[in-house]
Amino acid sequence: MTAISLKVNQKPVSAEVEPRTLLVELLREHLGLTGTHVGCDTSQCGACVIHVDGVSVKSCTMLAVEADGCEVTTIEGLAQGGELHPMQKAFHEHHGLQCGFCTPGMILSAVDLLKRNRKPSEHEVRDWLEGNICRCTGYHNIVKAVLSCAEQTKEAT
Amino acid sequence: MSESTTGRLVGAPIARKEDRRFLVGTGRYTDDLNRPKQTHAVILRSPHACAKIVSMDTSAAAAAPGVVAVYTGKDIADDKVGSIPCGWQITNKDGSKMVEPPHPALVADEVRHVGDQVAVVIAETKAQAKAAVNLIEVEYDPLPAVATVRDAVAEGAPLVWAEAPGNTCFDWHLGEKAPVDEAFKNAHKIVEIELVNNRVIPNAMEPRAAIGEYDAATDMLTLYTTSQNPHLIRLLLGAFVLGVPEHRLRVVAPDVGGGFGSKIFHYAEEAIVVWASRKIGRPVKWTAERSESFMSDAHGRDTVMRAKLAVDKDGTFLGLHVQNTANMGAYLSTFATSVPTYLSGTLMAGVYKTPAVYVEVRAVFTHTVPVDAYRGAGRPEATYMLERLVDKAAVELGMDRLEIRKKNFIRTFPYQTPVALEYDTGDYDATLAMALEKADHENYPARKAESEKRGKLRGIGYSTYLEACGIAPSALVGALGCRAGLYEAASVRVHPTGSVSVFTGTHSHGQGHETTFAQLVADQLGLTLDKVEVVHGDSDKIPFGMGTYGSRSLSVGGSAIVKAVDKIVAKGKKIAAHLLEAAESDIEFKDGKYTVAGTDKSKAFAEIAFAAYVPHSYPIDKVEPGLEESAFYDPKNFTFPAGSHVVEVEIDPDTGVVTVENVVAADDVGVIINPLIVDGQMHGGLAQGIGQALYEEAVYDESGQLMSGSYMTYSMPRAADFPMFKVGNHVTACTHNPIGAKGVGEVGAIGVPPAVINAVLDALRPLGVTDIQMPATPEKVWRAIQDARSKAQ
Amino acid sequence: MKELNFHRADSIASAVAAVKAAPAGKYLAGGQSLLPVLKLEMAEPSDLISISRIKDLRNIVASGNKLVIGAAVTHAEVAASPEVQKAIPGLAALASHIGDAQVRNRGTLGGSVAHADPAADYPAALVALGATVKTDRRTVPAEDFFTGLFETALEADELVVAVHFPIPERAAYAKFASHASKYALCGVMVAKDASGVRVAVTGAGPSVFRVPEMEKALSAAFAPASLDGIKVSSDDLLSDGQASADYRAHLVTVMAKRAVAAAAG
Repeated sequence: MTAISLKVNQKPVSAEVEPRTLLVELLREHLGLTGTHVGCDTSQCGACVIHVDGVSVKSCTMLAVEADGCEVTTIEGLAQGGELHPMQKAFHEHHGLQCGFCTPGMILSAVDLLKRNRKPSEHEVRDWLEGNICRCTGYHNIVKAVLSCAEQTKEAT
Repeated sequence: MSESTTGRLVGAPIARKEDRRFLVGTGRYTDDLNRPKQTHAVILRSPHACAKIVSMDTSAAAAAPGVVAVYTGKDIADDKVGSIPCGWQITNKDGSKMVEPPHPALVADEVRHVGDQVAVVIAETKAQAKAAVNLIEVEYDPLPAVATVRDAVAEGAPLVWAEAPGNTCFDWHLGEKAPVDEAFKNAHKIVEIELVNNRVIPNAMEPRAAIGEYDAATDMLTLYTTSQNPHLIRLLLGAFVLGVPEHRLRVVAPDVGGGFGSKIFHYAEEAIVVWASRKIGRPVKWTAERSESFMSDAHGRDTVMRAKLAVDKDGTFLGLHVQNTANMGAYLSTFATSVPTYLSGTLMAGVYKTPAVYVEVRAVFTHTVPVDAYRGAGRPEATYMLERLVDKAAVELGMDRLEIRKKNFIRTFPYQTPVALEYDTGDYDATLAMALEKADHENYPARKAESEKRGKLRGIGYSTYLEACGIAPSALVGALGCRAGLYEAASVRVHPTGSVSVFTGTHSHGQGHETTFAQLVADQLGLTLDKVEVVHGDSDKIPFGMGTYGSRSLSVGGSAIVKAVDKIVAKGKKIAAHLLEAAESDIEFKDGKYTVAGTDKSKAFAEIAFAAYVPHSYPIDKVEPGLEESAFYDPKNFTFPAGSHVVEVEIDPDTGVVTVENVVAADDVGVIINPLIVDGQMHGGLAQGIGQALYEEAVYDESGQLMSGSYMTYSMPRAADFPMFKVGNHVTACTHNPIGAKGVGEVGAIGVPPAVINAVLDALRPLGVTDIQMPATPEKVWRAIQDARSKAQ
Repeated sequence: MKELNFHRADSIASAVAAVKAAPAGKYLAGGQSLLPVLKLEMAEPSDLISISRIKDLRNIVASGNKLVIGAAVTHAEVAASPEVQKAIPGLAALASHIGDAQVRNRGTLGGSVAHADPAADYPAALVALGATVKTDRRTVPAEDFFTGLFETALEADELVVAVHFPIPERAAYAKFASHASKYALCGVMVAKDASGVRVAVTGAGPSVFRVPEMEKALSAAFAPASLDGIKVSSDDLLSDGQASADYRAHLVTVMAKRAVAAAAG
């Protein structure tokens, strides 16, 4: 067992984990944060995407011990004070989710994109989402939501 | 429009009520649930496509750390756990019944596909169960296997089941042969085609999961499962597999992360966890890893199709003869047998007034994962075959591909096809006109010229399709071999202060029922949307239900809800008449108010509800207190969504890469409750249809090994594969349900694949390419170009 | 995943010492290649030694005619680095298309090079650019480094520290990716410097390889048309469900031409 300390959604967390524990297992099984999903075992579907120190990563392909000392944000930590993040709002308004399973990873991936590229083109959005698979929406309304969020955030800043 | 708006919610693009929990990570999927004292199950699966189990030693696994129990097929047999049943019995041409082999939850003697389940380890943790499962020693005697339709029907092919000679499960037909033969005699031309509708893997993003829980105090069994139809699972698991009466078995399907058909069926793992939980007296949880999903979720399609179309000089269709061979896999999954027959053969008239149609379907067993309904289920196969054939007929006759379609469109309704169905309504010219306009068809030649300037090939493809949804009525499907009724149930509970809970037997796993059904009910009762809660997915809460598949939820389930609300309104009238001191016949209900006709005397719906639960002044002799009604709705007929899809592709001749440039879908899905949700359903269906046409294929090698068993080898469509879709609707209301809805869940996946392939062929035809099979991968397209070029030289 | 021990190294020396001390130790950088292998239990190291926070492995330095990138620099960092974009824009572009966004946020240059996946992108860049791999104990020319399918010249406890890239006149990479996995079915890097042109191919064969005939033709005239009629033999190429050897051989020429066009453009 290895002791680790990290911040998850701005709250300090200490845990004793086996070194082989994946970060997604720490979140789901130890911390009960089941908003982060597991949709594949080959690091491709993106249902498990979270932020570690502000960048999006696949939590199924990172050991929990590697997050020691890091700041982790999961879908549960994105809304602030009950107010949805602009990306969550955009997904809602544009019907960017159906079954909801890929949604947390999709949203956190998209948030990372807009940090790097404030006004991405449709092509850039589609390209960026290569690591997030959605089976329900045909991506149409997801892309619309991300573009709309970029537009609104740009106006706000 | 917000949740507090009343009136005319129906037809409004309201953002979904259910979104919030998914957006903030509080959705509750089966794998998110954990029960007190829960154990974890891991299943040992066969690495062979076909092998005798010579011996099995589970002692090391049983002794491994944390292991609670290890069970094998012998334990299943000893406990007399029943075979997993098939829900639809097909009758052969000669009147005999299909071959229906056993389907045990754990196999004891012979494995029949890679992934077949042979043992289960139950341990304190998943890691312990996983480690222990590797300690089970199985001695297999591998036998020759057949994986494809072509191998299964070959002379001397190994038999999957001794009781099925020639690997034939059934040999079925529909329509009359004699008129078709006659049509062929008189034909100007006979156009022939042979196609393979490629095998695909549904790949809902949430892997299947199940938790079985036995409560010794009440002798109750509970199954939490990733299902599209919890009541159906309760029926199959209770009545056929475990022999448990319904009142002792509760099935809960909480939030479910997509289904696309693959979560309709009753799976072995559901039986295993429930059965094992009773044996060990603790909850048992199983969650599939994706690699397990690939070899245990029912696959889709996989049909070899041959057809001949007799045409007149002017392009009039005279007769159609279809001969299909469908792959059932190793076992008959829940609805497998209905897919190539009643869901496909009946569609062979399409939107065309072909006067004579005869369909023959043989189904075969192979050493592969069972094949069953996948988004569209049989109808994509029929549509693909018809629309490829119609294009081929136009090319061979030198006709315009749109003209030949228009020439043969059905324009008078109701229309009785030669293959059993009676279409109630439709307007195929209208959707085609809309599609062409949205596709900017007029300027296509300019776009083609521009592509050619850049050294690219451009093609345009059309598909004018029809499908049948809301499979019914029960009496008819029963006569055809279905072992269930296909009605839907609903219960509407009005609470004392006027808010409403709606219990539906359908199940939402992405379709947005919590919003669409609430819009229906809120409008009907004159309430705001936030006053209506839709509840689904729990057999203890909902009286009964058949679930969600075949695009049936709104047209069948919604109609049951409307009927139940009608009963609420009617009972409310009696109460209102009493309170308003008027005759019941003088009471009108509108905009949430009961009014005495011609007066301003009225009572709000909430006041009536309150009176029903606090019956101080109440017509107690005539009406019982309370305000809750149930209804069952058994449709009179199928519904018939139809439409036109237009696809433009650009092909890079150097690499064979097909780029989808333009996708247009103009559909008639009947009356629309929520256009935002309807468009979303269209987008998803289109993506899956394009996925099948260009990217996806489950490939087995000759020995029956699944070569496309992970996302490394199975091509899932990604965001970059698509342009923005252009979708539109032209509504003709369904004539026989109270909503006028037809269904939208599957139309994209049904209509678009032939449009894609027809576009690819349109682009390649000038090079001499005449055929390409799905999926049109870059290498396949490149090779077709190479072959055509070398032939031309 | 099997049980294992974990150590975090804070220096190159301590990392190497930890791997030497373990019965079957392995370095863990971003883990984007290694963790999938461990999850499938296709490798069972006793100990993982994390090198991702060793500062000496995280630098990007361009000086004179050389660009040095530390082993623990992520693909995203390479793609976004102004130094890389200025010195070898084709390398930054290559890094920007490895895997997907999340893989690029964790995956590292050193990890990719040490893993030597036949379909990885970096090996083509290293070989075409004539790079050298600096380890904790020696310097190995890229061409000698990649020795086969998932095989390198690294000793079991040897750690990749950095890659030294000579700065070319021009260079570009063209990739044809598997639609399923997004790995290269064929990726071609071309680089031109004073000494001539080098063409390196990844994804098509069991290991990265050069195409001398193309190099000769391009050294004479650096234009796509110079490659007309030049085709690699399909004999030694990979053939699998994703692409036949024949198709891969064809793609080598197509992608080489596209890389030349991009580099010349």
